[in-house]
Amino acid sequence: MINKVTSHISQNEHLIFERSQGGRVGYRLPPLDVDETPIDELIPAELRRDDDLEGVPEVSEVDVVRHFTRISTWNYSIDLGMYPLGSCTMKYNSRLNEKVARIPGFANLHPLVHETDAQGALEVIYELQQYLSEITGLAGVSLQPAAGAHGEMTGVMMIRAFIDARDGREESAKRRTMLIPDSAHGTNPASAMLAGFTVKAIRSTAEGFTDLEHLRELCAKGDVAGFMLTNPNTLGLFEKNIREICDIVHGAGGLVYMDGANMNALVGVARPGDMGVDVIHLNLHKTFSTPHGGGGPGSGPCCCTKELEPFLPVPRVVKDGNVFRFDYDRPQSIGRVKAFYGNFGMMVRALAYILTHGAEGLREATEAAVLNARYIAAGLVSDYDKPFEAPPMHEVVFTDKRQSRKGVHTLDIAKRLIDYGFHPMTIYFPLIVQGAMLIEPTESVGRQELDQFIEAMRSIAREAKENPDLVVGAPHSTRIGRLDEAAAARRPVLRWKPKEAASAA
Amino acid sequence: MRYIPNSPAEREEMLRYVGLERAEQLFDSLPADIRLQKPLAVPSALSEMELLEKFNRMASRNTAATRPSFLGAGAYSHYAPTIVDHLITRSEFFTAYTPYQPEISQGTLQAIFEFQTLVCQLTGMEVANASMYDGSTALAEAVLMAERITRRKRVIVSSAVHPEYLAVADTYVQHYGVEIERLEIDEETGRTSKEALKALDDKTAALVVQSPNFFGCIEDVAALAERAHSVGALLVVAVTESASFGLLRSPGSCGADIVIAEGQSFGVPLSFGGPYVGLFATREKYARQIPGRLVGEAYDKQGRRGYVLTLATREQHIRREKATSNICTNEGLIALAATIYMETMGRRGIEETARQCAQKAAYAARRISELKGYSLPFSAPRFNEFVVRAPVKAEELLSRLASERNITGGLALSRYYEGRDTDFLVCVTETNSRAEIDALVEGLKSQIP
Repeated sequence: MINKVTSHISQNEHLIFERSQGGRVGYRLPPLDVDETPIDELIPAELRRDDDLEGVPEVSEVDVVRHFTRISTWNYSIDLGMYPLGSCTMKYNSRLNEKVARIPGFANLHPLVHETDAQGALEVIYELQQYLSEITGLAGVSLQPAAGAHGEMTGVMMIRAFIDARDGREESAKRRTMLIPDSAHGTNPASAMLAGFTVKAIRSTAEGFTDLEHLRELCAKGDVAGFMLTNPNTLGLFEKNIREICDIVHGAGGLVYMDGANMNALVGVARPGDMGVDVIHLNLHKTFSTPHGGGGPGSGPCCCTKELEPFLPVPRVVKDGNVFRFDYDRPQSIGRVKAFYGNFGMMVRALAYILTHGAEGLREATEAAVLNARYIAAGLVSDYDKPFEAPPMHEVVFTDKRQSRKGVHTLDIAKRLIDYGFHPMTIYFPLIVQGAMLIEPTESVGRQELDQFIEAMRSIAREAKENPDLVVGAPHSTRIGRLDEAAAARRPVLRWKPKEAASAA
Repeated sequence: MRYIPNSPAEREEMLRYVGLERAEQLFDSLPADIRLQKPLAVPSALSEMELLEKFNRMASRNTAATRPSFLGAGAYSHYAPTIVDHLITRSEFFTAYTPYQPEISQGTLQAIFEFQTLVCQLTGMEVANASMYDGSTALAEAVLMAERITRRKRVIVSSAVHPEYLAVADTYVQHYGVEIERLEIDEETGRTSKEALKALDDKTAALVVQSPNFFGCIEDVAALAERAHSVGALLVVAVTESASFGLLRSPGSCGADIVIAEGQSFGVPLSFGGPYVGLFATREKYARQIPGRLVGEAYDKQGRRGYVLTLATREQHIRREKATSNICTNEGLIALAATIYMETMGRRGIEETARQCAQKAAYAARRISELKGYSLPFSAPRFNEFVVRAPVKAEELLSRLASERNITGGLALSRYYEGRDTDFLVCVTETNSRAEIDALVEGLKSQIP
C-alpha cells in the first residue's frame, strides 16, 4: 500500500470560506469620479440588501492565487496525459486557439452592437458555418446551440416543425414517436422528450449494430417521426447499414437525426449528408477541440438538409454581396434556443482549429484517431473481453467479464488505472454492455504513451488474477480515497455554511 | 500536423501491428459509396503566423469593440481582475473533463462547491446547481421546473423580462403543454403592472419577473412574491445584471422560489454573446427537481472530506427521458471564472462595484434628464440601466453618435418593441469614466434638433 501524501500543505487546502479573514481585500477599483448621491435617494432601504453580504469571502489576491493553484493540482488534465474517456474526445486543446479568442476585437465585442460594427464576428460565424456544412455534407447550419444536448433539442424540434409543416398539424399529431437505440447517450431521449416525443428503444444486435428487423417493425406502425442514431455508434462501430437505415426511416415518413458526438471518426472520410442523414449536431468541444474546461462551455451546432433549413433557429447569419448580416425573417423557424448567437468564443476556437489543420490535417487527425483506437484494441484483446468482433473506429469497448470472476469489476479497474497515472476510460456506458469500458484515445497520443497505457491495463489484468484486493482497494496514490457517494446523495450537503449555522441546522 | 504526435513512419508501423497496410483500410467498415472521394473544400493548413494575421484582420472589423460603450441589456462590461483569466487557463482546469472521477477531479469539484455556495449567498437561496448554459436557458429551465413542481400549465411572465429570454422560454415550452402569457408593464413606473397581476389564478404555475427589469427598473419583488404565493404559484426571479446582487435585496430574502441569473458580469468577457454562465438557485425542498449537475460533500473511508457529483438520479445519463433536463455539458470553466471573480472581489469588492455602478448611472441619468428634449420615462428606482426618451428616433440618433462621436450610446428599444421608436436603454458600469459619461451627454446634446 502506498501512503497518501495528505500532510503536505498544498494537499490540505480548505474551502475559500474557511480561509476568509475579515478585512482582507483582493481588489482595488479607481475612486468614484462622480458626485455621490445619498443612496436612500436612489434606492429605498427596503429594496437594498441588509445582510452586508455576510459569508462572502474576504481574501487577498495572494490567497486566491494560492487557493486555486493548489486545488488545481488535484485535477487530472489532457496536458498531463492521455484522457481516454470514450465518447468524450479529449484531444489536445491548442493554446493558439485560446490566443485568438482573446483578441480584444472578439473578446470585448458586445452582442447587441450594430451588425455593421461587428462584421469580423459575423464573418467568423459565416465562415465556420461554411466549413461545417462542407464537413457534414449538409446545407444548413446554425451555431446557436450551446452544447451537444442543446443541439439535439434543436434538431428534434426541427424534425417536429418539419413534419407539422409537411403533414399539417392534425396528421402530424399521429407521429409522435422518436426511435432511439438502446445504446444511445442519455441526452437523446431527454432531448426528444423536450420536443414532446414518446421514446421507443431500438434493440442492438449481438454484433453491436442497429437491429434492422426491430427498426422495420417499429417503423411499420406509422407513428414514427424520426430515428436518433449515433454513428459510429456508442460501441465504436460504424453502422454499415446506414443507407438502409435511412431508407427504412424515410420510407416510413420519418427523418434521421444523427448524434455527432463521434464525428472524430469521420471528418474528411465520410459525410453524414451523403449517408442520408437529415439533421445532426456537432460537438465543437469534442471533434473541434475547444477546451472542455472541467464541464463546458460546449458548443453544439446543428446542421441540416436544405429541406429542414427553414426551421433552424433565428437569427441566421447570411451574406449579401460582401456584407454579413443577421436574418430574423424566418417564419418557419422553431424560434430562438439561446440569447444572442451561441457560444461565440468557442466558434472562434473551432474555426482556428479547422484552419490550422486544413483539409489534409483534418483527415490526418481522423486517421490517427482511428489508428490509435485500433492499436489499443489489438493490444488489449488478449487480456480483456472484447464483446464485438467488428473492427472499432475511434473508440473501442471492452468488458470486465474475465476479471469479474475474481471479484474485480470495471469500477475497480478504472480506479486502479489512476494509480498508473492515467485517467480512466468511460465506464458502464453504453448501458447495454455489462461492465463496459469504453476507450477513446484520440489522435493526440503518441505510440509510447499508448504502449504505456496498454501495459498498465495488462498489468491490472495480472493483478486482478494474482492480487485482486489491490485492485478492489484502488486508487492508492491519490489525495483522497473512494468517496462514499451513496451517503452524499442520502443527506446532500450542497453548500458551505458557517460552523454555527451548520450545527444549528 | 503538429498536434498529432506520431510520425508517418510510426503510423506505418502501427498499421502493420494491427494487420493493415494502408491508412485507407482503417475505414473498410464504411461502404464504399458513402466514402468521400475527394478532399474537403477547406483551405490548406495555416501556420501560426498566418492564422494570427487572419484573425487579427477579422477582429479589426469589429469596430464597436474599441469604442466607449453604454450597452447593457443582458451583457455587461465590468472590470475583471487579471488573475481570473490567469487561473482559468491553468492546464489542470482548462483541459480537464467533467469531474466523473472524483479522486482526480477534486480541484474542479471543490471550485464548483464554492460556486454553488457563492450563488446561494448572493441570491439568498438555499441550493444552487453547477451552472446552466446562460441566463436565457436557465429561465426556460426554471419555467419547466415550476411546471413539474406545481403540475400547473399556465405561466405568467412580465413583459419587462429580457425579450430574448422570453423568446427562448417560448421555444422550450412549445411542446410541453405550458402556456406562457405576458403581463403589461406600468408605463408610469416601468415596473410590471400591478393591475395586470390579476391574471394570476389557481392554474398558474409561476409568475416570472426580472429585477432590475429589462428597462432597468427595480421590481417590488417582495410584493410580487406575496401575490404569486397567494394563488399557490411560484415566483421565478431573473437577474441579467449580477453586479446588482452587491446592492439590492436578494430575491431569496424577498420570497422568490427559483432565482436564475446571467453570471457574465462576474469576470466573463463580452465575447459577442457567449460563452456566458447561467446561475440557477432554489429552495432546499425543490433540490430534487433542479436541472443540471450538483456537487455535494462526501467522505472517504478515512474520513477525509471531498466533493462528488451528486443526486445524479435526476439526470439524463441515468433517468433518460424522465430526467429533469437534457443538459449534460454545462459552463464549467465560465463558472470557475465567476467563482474566482466573486472570491477576488470578495465581500467588499462586490459591494463597491455595485455602489459605483448605481452612482455612475445616477449621475448619467441626471445629466441626460437635464438636456432639453430628453426625458426619463420611468419613475421606479433603478440600478445601473435606465430608459431615455429622445427627441428623435433613437436608432438614427445612436448611429450618428457612433459615427460622429465614436460612442456606443445604448440600445434602441425599437430592436425589440413596437411603439418605442424614440426610447433607448443606457447602461453605466464602474468601467465608464466620468469623462466618457460627459462625452455621452455632450453627444446627446449635439443631436437636439
